[in-house]
Amino acid sequence: MSLASYLKSKLIPADIDEHINRIRKPIGSLGYDPWGYNNEAIKYGFTLTRQIYEKYFRVEAHGVENVPAEGPVLIIANHSGQLPLDGLLIGYALASRKQQPRIPRAMIERFFPTVPWLGNLLNEFGAVLGDPVNCAKMLANGEAVIVFPEGVRGSGKLYQDRYQLKRFGNGFMHLAMKYKAPIVPVGVVGCEETIPAIANIKPLAKALGIPYAPVALPVVLPAKVHLNFGPPMYFDDLEIPEELVTERVEQVKAEISRLIDKGLSERKKLF
Amino acid sequence: MAKQRRPHILVTGAAGALAQRVISQLRDHCDLVAVDFREQVYLGDDIPSYCIDFTKRVFEDLFRRYEFDGVIHLGRIQSSQLTRMRRYNANVLGTQKLLDLSHKYGIKRVVVLSTYHVYGAVAYNPALIDESAPLKAAGLSADLVDSVELENLANIYLWRYPELNITILRPCNIVGPGVRNTMSSLLGSENAPVLAGFSPMMQFIHIDDMADAIVKTYKKPVRGVYNVAPEDWVAYQHALKLCGCRRIPIPSIPPVVPNLILKTLKLKSFPSYLTAFFKYPVVIDGRAFAREFEFKPNRPLKEIFRFYRENKRPV
Repeated sequence: MSLASYLKSKLIPADIDEHINRIRKPIGSLGYDPWGYNNEAIKYGFTLTRQIYEKYFRVEAHGVENVPAEGPVLIIANHSGQLPLDGLLIGYALASRKQQPRIPRAMIERFFPTVPWLGNLLNEFGAVLGDPVNCAKMLANGEAVIVFPEGVRGSGKLYQDRYQLKRFGNGFMHLAMKYKAPIVPVGVVGCEETIPAIANIKPLAKALGIPYAPVALPVVLPAKVHLNFGPPMYFDDLEIPEELVTERVEQVKAEISRLIDKGLSERKKLF
Repeated sequence: MAKQRRPHILVTGAAGALAQRVISQLRDHCDLVAVDFREQVYLGDDIPSYCIDFTKRVFEDLFRRYEFDGVIHLGRIQSSQLTRMRRYNANVLGTQKLLDLSHKYGIKRVVVLSTYHVYGAVAYNPALIDESAPLKAAGLSADLVDSVELENLANIYLWRYPELNITILRPCNIVGPGVRNTMSSLLGSENAPVLAGFSPMMQFIHIDDMADAIVKTYKKPVRGVYNVAPEDWVAYQHALKLCGCRRIPIPSIPPVVPNLILKTLKLKSFPSYLTAFFKYPVVIDGRAFAREFEFKPNRPLKEIFRFYRENKRPV
């Protein structure tokens, strides 16, 4: 037995191995897809995330069955917490659901591919550079794609601005309309408290070439996370002016806001 | 009834393994003439073979003498060969001369081999790049300028002279027995450099599949630009592992460090101007070509890598 197979047998529980193998994905002969997703690597990621999801953040997910079992779908959520933990937890919730699990693809900041090891690792776990062409091609391939329309405006916001939705880009709505992909809104509650930041040192961020440099404790706090998946929203593909597209985006934003309020009311305590 | 004339085809880059594969597929049905910029190769008594500089006047004599119907232009000097100036002369000016002569002598079909390098490897590349994407390579390194200019030139002729029926092919990494490009040298080596922490997705096409693609292209006169790549992908470092290469990591950050190291070492198999291609992915979408020319590669990645694993020390 090679070292790799030995490690795999020790680290990856048989149920996870079987669970991942059961999910059908468009991959090549060596287990990769064009974006770098790797069917073997994700088993390690899934095993680790299970611990983080169940033990550390004790995630409560409601309505994950709202994500259709197949076909293109956009999972749109609020972004928070400095690190893309929310994408990881939403992805795990969908990939681990008992009925018809799917491995969704998370769109990540453009900065990540330039980071050694981390960039490749994220790709192997299914994350994809947040580029409209990537998103379009994945929807055309019938994938489930997680998008945070707030981008770094959301993830980099300060603790004092928690649960206030920042401006949503319109790009996801254009793609949803073009590829007739339903939108499943998700309200994430709890990630705001994982790395509360009190300030952002912009000159430092600029010098380092990173989106933001938060002043925060160097730990990820074990806040309890609530994920609320809303019912799918369908939009037609009619040629409409941009202001009507913005109105549709606002509908999604309002629904996410409602789901956040639901999560906040369900939450008994922060940790 | 007069006997039907066999097509007369000029094949450039005859010293390369790819051209020789194409020639062996076409020689039974076509009258071929082989030329190469670098050396004269013997391809049998039935195929005249010349070592010729396309920019010289004597090149035109071949067009007068053989009355070509088509040209398969595979004679591209790769970015790892010759100096920048000689490469520019051969690739850009040589191609221009070839296309001018093709127009002058009424050639009806031209196939030009380009490369996926023209897209350029940048961190923000999406995957499955299609043919309409901008060509960013020239902005990355002056050593790739000739590749982009060759393309631009062929594109101009494609639209200006539709009767030439030009098809430009942009293949992914061509590998396999006899291939002498950068990627093939790396896969065939015992030790291969990698940039620490970077293992971009790559695509590989077997030389025999690529030869099939070129022959299919020649036979169907559809103008345009096409990516040629199988629908299979692998990370660079994983490919090296499957080929039995020991990976030698080169420090990758800050970005000036690998460039400095590679410029100092001057490794032929890992040139500094291709650094970006070992850092960021350039995954192309070959589906348009597959559809148009009914092309399906027959040699899987595992077979390609097995060849390199089993031939580490070629006799």
